[in-house]
Amino acid sequence: MLQVKDLSASVEENEILKKINFSVKPGEIHAIMGPNGSGKSTLSKVIAGHPDYEVKSGSVEFSINGKMTDIGELEPSDRAREGIFLGFQYPVEIPGVTNINFMHESFNALCEHQGADTMNEKDFREYVKSKLPILEMSEAFLDRPVNEGFSGGEKKKNEILQMLILNPKLALLDETDSGLDIDALKTVANGVNTLKSKYNSVVLVTHYQRLLDYITPDFVHVLYNGQIIRTGDKSLALELEEKGYDWLIEEHNANS
Amino acid sequence: MSDIEEKMNEEYKWGFESNIEMEEFPKGLNEDIIRLISSKKNEPDWLLESRLKAFEHWKTLKHPNWQYFDVPEIDFQDLYYYAKPKTKNAIASLEDLDPELLATFEKLGIPLQEQKRISGVAVDAVFDSVSLGTTWKDDLLKVGVIFCSISEAVVEYPDLVKKYLGTVIPHTDNYYAALNSAVFTDGSFVYIPKGVTCPMDLSTYFRINAKETGQFERTLIIAEEGSFVNYLEGCTAPQRDENQLHAAIVELIALDNAEIKYSTVQNWYAGNKDGIGGIYNFVTKRGICKGVNSKISWTQVEAGSAITWKYPSCILIGDNSEGAFYSVALTNNKMKADTGTKMIHIGKNTKSTIISKGISAEESQGIYRGEVKIMPSATGARNYSQCDSMLIGDKCAANTFPYIDVKNSSATVEHEASTSKISADQMFYLQSRGIDAEKAISLIVNGFCKDVFKTLPLEFSVEAVKLIEMKLENSVG
Repeated sequence: MLQVKDLSASVEENEILKKINFSVKPGEIHAIMGPNGSGKSTLSKVIAGHPDYEVKSGSVEFSINGKMTDIGELEPSDRAREGIFLGFQYPVEIPGVTNINFMHESFNALCEHQGADTMNEKDFREYVKSKLPILEMSEAFLDRPVNEGFSGGEKKKNEILQMLILNPKLALLDETDSGLDIDALKTVANGVNTLKSKYNSVVLVTHYQRLLDYITPDFVHVLYNGQIIRTGDKSLALELEEKGYDWLIEEHNANS
Repeated sequence: MSDIEEKMNEEYKWGFESNIEMEEFPKGLNEDIIRLISSKKNEPDWLLESRLKAFEHWKTLKHPNWQYFDVPEIDFQDLYYYAKPKTKNAIASLEDLDPELLATFEKLGIPLQEQKRISGVAVDAVFDSVSLGTTWKDDLLKVGVIFCSISEAVVEYPDLVKKYLGTVIPHTDNYYAALNSAVFTDGSFVYIPKGVTCPMDLSTYFRINAKETGQFERTLIIAEEGSFVNYLEGCTAPQRDENQLHAAIVELIALDNAEIKYSTVQNWYAGNKDGIGGIYNFVTKRGICKGVNSKISWTQVEAGSAITWKYPSCILIGDNSEGAFYSVALTNNKMKADTGTKMIHIGKNTKSTIISKGISAEESQGIYRGEVKIMPSATGARNYSQCDSMLIGDKCAANTFPYIDVKNSSATVEHEASTSKISADQMFYLQSRGIDAEKAISLIVNGFCKDVFKTLPLEFSVEAVKLIEMKLENSVG
């Protein structure tokens, strides 16, 4: 459903991604790991269409109506409507806008685009309430301004809540595990596992392997200096946990 | 018509013109015109004298020049001061109005016919220089509430009018107050008797239709001891290339334990993208909390007019009285809005709240100008002011001029101010959830204005949100 081909992207003329290739099939879970500054977050932002990044060459294709389509020209909102979700590393505050109102706008925008029925306020609240226990969130969250005054853990849970509500084909989760204590980490992982089906795919961008104790990836990619230097299965993540990134980087440098 | 042209025309959907045969006085401003206005309205001598006195005073004044932007010179001799739809016979009821007039108001969402009237809201419909009539008038009279046009009140309730007219805003107050006091034509009159909570919301809808005509509204609201009224005001005008003047005076009087809530959604035509045309909205609005524990609140959504000059204010005389000003002022294209309030604390333990939200887009200019004055007598006075500005794009400007003058050391005055831009992060966050750029801006702006919108009556707040959305539609760069 997602195919990244020879993707190079830069911000303010600094090349951050260099000829990235990888593809995600329906139902798969991919983990993108790597040291700080390797380009992990950039990759997810470029796929979601962040305007600050310029695609220099290559393409991102996504399955639209069953056909792989280059989405390079699509606005971020259109990508979201096609089923791409980006869980933010630093969720943004929107003062004065309640969480439920924000999610409702978002949900109905997706429904309209996908030709599904929109929901009225009351039904939508019931629908959202049904998802709250998965993330151990209270209803009070729904009526607070978006991310304003939320703790780090609450913000991350709120991202996963939005993901469950929008039920995206592809969820890109950017460092969703950062800043979480172990209980919150389990809760968030539980949320992600709830989305998992043979239709929904997840790309986890993470620095640490500990999230992968709770979410089993099918593939692990190691990103370094804007390039994927190794792809493997879950065991690669465990190896990284044990040995760090340096051995891979040395190997990579020796080969190139 | 191209899509773009169509879109441009849609931008101001109230911009249509009604084809009505009008009766107009000759152009120009002089004593004869004033006498003509007064006699047309069968006014008592004292009112004509007061008009002429105001005119004499106005002639000695110079146009104000303290503003932060250029106000084009207005040729006061090149305006019509009185324009009224022609009627063959005296109108017994609103049903007998010219169908074109009824259709006009229906199009504006204000049906005047009995069977179509909005329940729970009484409407005074002012068209150019005259009130066409007032709905629910008789029902209101049954509980003692007087709601009619000011012209009617002058004839029917001369003592009340004489007692209060000009007591809050004398003709010497400012240039446009002097002009209005000389040539005012119509507006609303409200009297809520002692102990009565007005059983429905009262509202006035101002429509400018005639060309080259100034509209000089005069509104007077009196809330007797222990009474309460919720009053709403709306206004629109046709889309034209010439500027037009709306210069109003609104006076509110609240006696012991009375409360007046006054809300405005100002949507005059604002001119086009290049700043051609639009209404000059030069308005003096002031309330006086005369009695103990009385309250006056002004809520305004200023979304129209080429230039707005408006400072709805409160004079807090009664001990424990309260004044409030809640404002959202949105400017786009080349609009200029200079608006704010004055809170004058005279009585003990008086309290005032100011919440002002300015949003400027494109090449527009938004200014908050306000004054909080604590007089020596105002022991224990408190004020809280919050003035926030939001900029959309980088060609617009926002300025804040807060004046604070405290003459009693027991007073508490708090002032907070902020200026923000819609951040790229906020936009991307909302867009990555499937919300398009226009809707994202409108969500952020509505969130920004929330503290003000929540003080509006529900239907008005829904309308305000829609209006802001519509105004911002083409502001996304």
